[in-house]
Amino acid sequence: MIQLDSVTKTYPKASRPSLDNVSVGIEKGEFVFFIGPSGSGKSTIIKLLLHEVQPTSGKVMVNAKDVTSMRSWKIPHFRRSIGCVFQDFRLLPNRTAYENVAFALEVIGKTKAVARRVVPEVLELVGLGGKEHRYPHELSGGEQQRVAVARAFVNRPLILLADEPTGNLDPDTSIEIMRLLDRINRTGTTVVMVTHDSNIVNQMRRRVIEIESGRIVRDQARGVYG
Amino acid sequence: MRFKYVLNEVLVGLWRNVTMTIAMIITMTFSLLGLGVSVLGYMQVDQMQDFYYGEIRVAIFLNDDVTEAERSGLNAALDANPLVEEKKYESKEDAHARFQTLYADQPDFLRSVQAQQLPESFRVQLKDPEGYEAFAQSIQGIPGIQDVVDQGQMLDDLFDVFGTLQVAALVVACVMAVAALLLVANTIQVAAYSKRREVAVMKLVGASNWFIQAPFVLEAVVAGIIGAIIGWLLLLGGKEFLIDGPLQQLTTIITPIPFDNVLLQLPLMMGAGALVSAITGWVTLRFYLRV
Repeated sequence: MIQLDSVTKTYPKASRPSLDNVSVGIEKGEFVFFIGPSGSGKSTIIKLLLHEVQPTSGKVMVNAKDVTSMRSWKIPHFRRSIGCVFQDFRLLPNRTAYENVAFALEVIGKTKAVARRVVPEVLELVGLGGKEHRYPHELSGGEQQRVAVARAFVNRPLILLADEPTGNLDPDTSIEIMRLLDRINRTGTTVVMVTHDSNIVNQMRRRVIEIESGRIVRDQARGVYG
Repeated sequence: MRFKYVLNEVLVGLWRNVTMTIAMIITMTFSLLGLGVSVLGYMQVDQMQDFYYGEIRVAIFLNDDVTEAERSGLNAALDANPLVEEKKYESKEDAHARFQTLYADQPDFLRSVQAQQLPESFRVQLKDPEGYEAFAQSIQGIPGIQDVVDQGQMLDDLFDVFGTLQVAALVVACVMAVAALLLVANTIQVAAYSKRREVAVMKLVGASNWFIQAPFVLEAVVAGIIGAIIGWLLLLGGKEFLIDGPLQQLTTIITPIPFDNVLLQLPLMMGAGALVSAITGWVTLRFYLRV
């Protein structure tokens, strides 16, 4: 599903690479944590998978497609197969929960009728039934992140990328979000999550890949934060 | 739905930034007006050249004390000259009659000029209206000639004035176009900034590039087209109320401006406005909305 082959990424003007000759494979349906201290390079992996940045060397394969050599006009279509959740939610403040999720469908050309069918369904799935018409500022942090998850999942992507999705949430709310991601994972969606929340990693007992100074120092099935 | 979405985005965008939109429309208006005036002037000069050059004659004025022999000698020389298409003799009386019709509205001036003061002349039409130089050479030295005047040369001077005006209009159009381009670029940057959250989400969920960019580009195109329409209305107003109004005297020199020519400027100005806006908008977004 996801394959990094000796990927090195050095940002311009950086003294050392953010990722240094990293090779890793992730199978379909896996749930993987990337952990490590700030600046270790774990967020760079998300950016590489989204084709937001290009590797300095090496090859990135997603859904059996070589992202590295992908033509730029193909990127939008490619991104439709990937859902993405961030620490800061990235919701549109002037749109309701429903509209935020529907927006993701409409801008890729789905009709309003399709949105009317699938958006309530996915909002129900993330546990926001009844709060469809609230604006983000009327929702708690956890609820806002649920909207973001709903938006990421509404297209039924093959992969869900989560960049510190619990970074702004309290421990209890974080665990609820993790349950949600777990449920999404059980539908067959590959989940890749970058975090430094040790609590969560320890509770979930999933595959843990630890990165330090741009190198993989540990890759453990059913691991803990350590 | 996509069309409705894009249209809605365009209208909201234009309204959100309405002062900038107005500035954009005004600069577009005058830039395109300059273009319209220039092109219209070009077509007009073309038409006037066809009209006037058909009647162009070279005037050969005779000395006051010209003898009968000199006059008939010149007459014969002109008849024999291969460059001459047609010639006509104009006596002092003929000249005076023509003079009187030409300056009919200036009676004081007319009264002061007597037929005796005007020279008699031969009016010659050349086979090649541009061939004045060769003709002047060929009749040089024939006795009795006081002066040879190429009326084509006078028209050329007139057309030079028109040409200068046209160039001036074009320069104004270009300067305004630069201002319009900068405003379009700036407006689009402001619009893209005010919609940066939406744009970020659209990129994230994989909206196609044209779908992200179309509303911004169309905003500029709509402003360009509105500017073109206002500019054309000004052009039409200028023709109706200036050229056909207080400046009607000019039409004794300038041939009348056909309405068809004015009408032709509308699609031209709209096309130029839309094209310039679209290209500027697209180029701006290339630098501003990187994927």
